[in-house]
Amino acid sequence: MADTETLMPYDEALERFEPVLGLETHVELGTASKMFCGCPTEFGAPPNTQVCPVCLALPGSLPVANAEAIESTIRIGLALNCSIAEWCRFARKNYFYPDMPKNYQISQYDEPLCTDGYLDVVVDGRTVRIEIERVHLEEDTGKSTHVGGSTGRIHGADYSIVDYNRAGIPLVEIVTKPIAGTDTLAPEVARAYVTELRELVRTLGVSDVRMEEGSMRCDVNVSLMPRGSSEWGTRTETKNVNSLRSVERAVRGEIERQAAILADGGRITQETRHFHEETGRTTSGRSKEEAQDYRYFPEPDLLPIAPDREWVAALKAALPELPSVRRSRLQAEWGVSDLDMAAMHNADAIELVEATVAAGAPAADARKWWMGELARRANEAGTALAELSITPAEVARVTELVASGALNDKLARQVLEGVLAGEGSPDDVVAKRGLQIVNDEGELSAIIDKVLADNADAADKVRSGKVAAVGALVGGVMKASRGKADAARARELILEKLGVS
Amino acid sequence: MSAITRDEVAHLARLSRLALADEELDHFAAQLDQIVGAVARVAEVAADDIPPSSHALPLTNVFRPDEIRPSLAPEQALSGAPAVEDDRFRVPRILGEEA
Repeated sequence: MADTETLMPYDEALERFEPVLGLETHVELGTASKMFCGCPTEFGAPPNTQVCPVCLALPGSLPVANAEAIESTIRIGLALNCSIAEWCRFARKNYFYPDMPKNYQISQYDEPLCTDGYLDVVVDGRTVRIEIERVHLEEDTGKSTHVGGSTGRIHGADYSIVDYNRAGIPLVEIVTKPIAGTDTLAPEVARAYVTELRELVRTLGVSDVRMEEGSMRCDVNVSLMPRGSSEWGTRTETKNVNSLRSVERAVRGEIERQAAILADGGRITQETRHFHEETGRTTSGRSKEEAQDYRYFPEPDLLPIAPDREWVAALKAALPELPSVRRSRLQAEWGVSDLDMAAMHNADAIELVEATVAAGAPAADARKWWMGELARRANEAGTALAELSITPAEVARVTELVASGALNDKLARQVLEGVLAGEGSPDDVVAKRGLQIVNDEGELSAIIDKVLADNADAADKVRSGKVAAVGALVGGVMKASRGKADAARARELILEKLGVS
Repeated sequence: MSAITRDEVAHLARLSRLALADEELDHFAAQLDQIVGAVARVAEVAADDIPPSSHALPLTNVFRPDEIRPSLAPEQALSGAPAVEDDRFRVPRILGEEA
């Protein structure tokens, strides 16, 4: 592969050019059965065990649309502020490729189910409105494995083998209008949009939107125009962008690549490019495919869809609270700043904090533990916060133990560590590790006496009025008690014993 | 309107993976010619004031409930495949060498 292309550093590229983006996102719906037949849709089933005459395109079979999939698509459209078509049809997208056994994919062409919506995203404190061109329904394709050749890719393969389990799973395609004016924020805007869309779809409960399993996939269109120009440049479409981080990297990488070509007097080829997770670079795809004419025509095997207006109104009225509205509400309830809220959002911590608050913790404490100690541990382990083996209820219990004086923060961190290590509930860890604040005045007093005797110099300083020196003595008590003493109470007792008040 | 030739029927048969005998080719050539002629009559009545239609009946919203129905066993699914490997349909090289 030609992988030696020069790149222009991002900042320089943005000084000379303005990017225009377009994002096409595919979401596999979480219906029990496929789009046009009753085959199950379970991920990871043995090959060709979820297929039937309809999704294998055997002669004489006829598709019938899944009512749930139609409803889910309309709900996505409504949540994206789209108009819902009064009448529309499926269309055949004809192409010769073995991932669809029919030689065509049932999709929608000039009559999508939902049109003209928007989704607002916040980047760097700025609200950017992403206009939605269309939301349409189609069927997913089968999964090809390319055999032979060195790379496992289609290039150089001797032949391919195909599993049609995925063929016919309902797939919603959400297409933005061109996104201009994002300037240097383009990569972050792209990521924020996909993040917000993922959250919205998850809130609707219509898909599990797992990018790593392919139930949400993103194609990223990027073009550049010289600063001050009003005419958009030639765009490329980068496929295989399968994580939020990759969306951002793909936009950035493509800006750097195109800028270098344009600055050198070259021209951008309109083409499909493939994103490579390891390098963050893209390589040219099959340019031959570009000129393809899909010969769309209305699907004669399926009847038109004419969503009843009352039904659409009822679906709209029944939409759940959408993520952006929910975030505003929670921010007000918790009384946190925009910055802190954005940090929680970026860390995927909002739901966890919300659940912890619901389990009885004060919002400030819930936020402190999830965004502090637990975020640090997740970061160390390289996992998402939600994947830590601790529940919001357990975190709430730890905050309760701290509030009651049974634990201090230091001990609480040890309790969290124990829970994460699988030692049981917070109370189990407290009991097993003996992590109780020393509340017994007699025991604390004995520890202090020993520390004062061992640190006579410091004790004398305090006696002679240098109260600042008490810190070292408190530290000694904490150390001698292995962190279990109540530091504030220890300080009081030390000063009392030394006759200072 | 030119007549459907025997060679064209043979080509269609190959694309459809249908093994047709010589006399069948002649038989279907004549039949297909009649069918094409009948369909072509639509063009005679299609005028600017008649909207194109994709369906013969004025029906809409025919859906099925989202319920799972039994799939084929993989042996059944793969029984018509010209080649099989690892319970998957094996297909010839997709891209030519020059791609």
